[in-house]
Amino acid sequence: MPAVTRRALLTTVIPAPHPLGGRERIQRQHLPNVVLTAHTGARVRFYDDLVKDKKVIINFMYVKCEGICLPVTRNLARVQKLLGDRVGRDIFMYSITLKPAEDSVEDLRRFAEGQGVGPGWLFLTGVPADIEHLRKALGFTYADPVEDADTSNHIGMLRFGVEPLTRWAACPGMGNPEHIARSILWDLE
Amino acid sequence: MRPVRFHPPTLAETARRKRRQECVDAGLTRRDMFKVALLTSGGALVGARGASAQAACELTPCTPGCSPPTIPFVDPLPIPPVLPARALSDPGFLIPPNQQPSGDPRDARTEPHQFRERFPPQQFFISRMRPNPNFRFSDNATNLSRIGPQLVWGFNLGGESAGDVAMTPGPTIVSRYGTPIVVRRFNELAPDSTGFGRTEVSTHLHNFHSGPDSDGGPCDPVFTRFFGIGKFYDYFYTMARAGFDTPEFRASNGDVRETLGTCWYHDHRVDHTAENTYKGLAGFHIIFNEFDTGSETTGFHLPSFPQFDIPLFLADKQFTPDGQICFDLFNFDGFLGDKYVVNGKMQPFLDVQKRRYRFRILDGGPSRFYQLFLTNPDNPAQSIPFWQIANDGNLMPRPVEITSTRLSVAERADVIIDFRKIWERFGRPARIWLENRLEQVNGRAPTDVILPPGNPANVVLEFRLVGPDNPPDASFDPEPVSFPRASCSPDDCVFAPICLPPLPSDTAASPTDRIRLTRTFEFERGNGQWTINGELMDCTRFRFTVQRNTAERWILRNNSGGWQHPIHIHLEEFRMVRRNDRPIRCGNVEFSRKDVVRLGFNEEVEIVMRFRDFRGGYPMHCHNTVHEDHQMMLLFQVQDTGDNLTEP
Repeated sequence: MPAVTRRALLTTVIPAPHPLGGRERIQRQHLPNVVLTAHTGARVRFYDDLVKDKKVIINFMYVKCEGICLPVTRNLARVQKLLGDRVGRDIFMYSITLKPAEDSVEDLRRFAEGQGVGPGWLFLTGVPADIEHLRKALGFTYADPVEDADTSNHIGMLRFGVEPLTRWAACPGMGNPEHIARSILWDLE
Repeated sequence: MRPVRFHPPTLAETARRKRRQECVDAGLTRRDMFKVALLTSGGALVGARGASAQAACELTPCTPGCSPPTIPFVDPLPIPPVLPARALSDPGFLIPPNQQPSGDPRDARTEPHQFRERFPPQQFFISRMRPNPNFRFSDNATNLSRIGPQLVWGFNLGGESAGDVAMTPGPTIVSRYGTPIVVRRFNELAPDSTGFGRTEVSTHLHNFHSGPDSDGGPCDPVFTRFFGIGKFYDYFYTMARAGFDTPEFRASNGDVRETLGTCWYHDHRVDHTAENTYKGLAGFHIIFNEFDTGSETTGFHLPSFPQFDIPLFLADKQFTPDGQICFDLFNFDGFLGDKYVVNGKMQPFLDVQKRRYRFRILDGGPSRFYQLFLTNPDNPAQSIPFWQIANDGNLMPRPVEITSTRLSVAERADVIIDFRKIWERFGRPARIWLENRLEQVNGRAPTDVILPPGNPANVVLEFRLVGPDNPPDASFDPEPVSFPRASCSPDDCVFAPICLPPLPSDTAASPTDRIRLTRTFEFERGNGQWTINGELMDCTRFRFTVQRNTAERWILRNNSGGWQHPIHIHLEEFRMVRRNDRPIRCGNVEFSRKDVVRLGFNEEVEIVMRFRDFRGGYPMHCHNTVHEDHQMMLLFQVQDTGDNLTEP
């Protein structure tokens, strides 16, 4: 049974739905409102509570990571110091676990404490399917499924942006913290 | 070296097959689909939204396959107007551009123009970057009902009034060697709701030999290269050839063999170059000289500008199903659009006389590569020759007869198409297509598969042969002197005196001809981060220092698996000497000066380059602008004393 008729395909001008603005499009496609739990124990919704109307820095990590997670987290701790008291005031940092089944809230809390994480920076976990949805929506994926499934080679970029202005960029998490802080401040002003 | 890790994108492939199946289910033949231009290069459907495709496009509306269907070849090719020069009394110059530093708070420049005293500016331009809220990608009523007038960014003709509307590509800047110029660029952009575009800008003049102050680079440890709304920046171009501050060429104001022709300007705001250029902040800058004069009755007798010398700005754009131009800021691979746009219109046509034309073809990105063929739609099996005379805007030592040419992002090819010969030799065709037959299914790289000819969906531009059979044509015929009709040699110089400069060597007597150092650069990707020699981009420091007025050999190696990269180096054009250990010999279109190196899968290219005249910082970066924005880049500097880092 054809899904559409030949005639329909050739002749129909598809009625334009109400055009979505860029901000709504980005929200729908890239910033899902999944429920997450922070290392502080707080239950939050990703879009509504963490990203909407905010300046944010987002990355992925997991606790028992032998690769880049620790160096990136240490880098981010230095970036947090460079950004000073703006973190928690008008800039918010989010590190999301790639292994939600493994990383409990308590694991994340200990990890955060061990890295000298200051206020305004949350480590987040959630239902595995939601985390996977979030990872893909934020673009932290490889086109090759084999590569994509290899968590040890996960994407170490930092995504930073100003949500209401649809201003989004990314830089390598392993970079020089001064360079990272400068790039972020150029965009997060 | 790492093993090849290239795997075709299974997701995109599945979606493509699914959409194709829907057409089959709907009883559409391939011919039907072409008729309404429903198929893209890989055979993917454009804009036919069956149930599953519609659902996919609802979720990810900024994806190839989601643009509405449009009718090709209904819009004449726009030709960007030439930016008019302005008198110093022009009201746009509240601060005269021949005065520096200005001290005005709107002046964004933080460093002096190098060599300005030696080359006092004699010609002045203004251009204002503005939103254009009513830009039309087509003027055809049906197309407009699907992709309506909408907001893009562009450059205007310099006027202050609102009636001086911004266009994209921006006006073509035409300058001449020997006449130094200042271009004052205003940032009059504004935030909007399109979802992309950064309102800070830095305008790079691609390929020109500029000081760091006017290069329009991305970032610098000390100076700020980009500027925000309400500011302007004076870009000063010496209009002198490279080498003007070396003992050999001081008297002649540079080496005539370093003459540049087809340059282009584009935004280079660090981290946001792809979206800003895609949104419209780009245009051509053409340089003429006493040999390549712009008139077919003088000098090299190349087809006359502007009637027969036409720039073609190739870009691929993506629209949402409701016809809004969009860009995916969350994509790390590279960004493809499913609509070909040339000089601002979708798949336009151009009426041509049966004579020779010079086309300056530019791959304007952001991520697509092209393999351009001429196709006779009535007989696609014909193999139609044309002649490439310049590579990246640099005249080649001998024209090369080709039946296709490949361009990666930012590369240019100047070609001569002889429509009279086509008319006479290929059965008097009424139409000839400029067709991109290179398959590319994601932003990482083309697949290197050449698609069959004669698919309207792959056509970039339709030429329509009109007028008398024997119109006047005083232009140079490259055919008899072109390779392989004529033999070639390393000493060729069809366009004398714009010959190839001598290759720097390890033993040359002059410091500017002697290779002081060999440096190796390995481009890799680890944990999704771009590295060069294992190091990441850093705007706060220079990775290495090249000694001014010397030459170096650089080995560029792509170890990134299933990716291809157009590597661009600012400051001076260079020569590609070897590709994968094989010498690049005469007769190859890459036997030329170049400013972009196309690095294919796991390829290695050896270049030699001189670093003359200016002091200060420049980038080397991937010109797949999505890779570039994710910091596939390094900064180096040129100073009087260089370092000896061989793997910086």
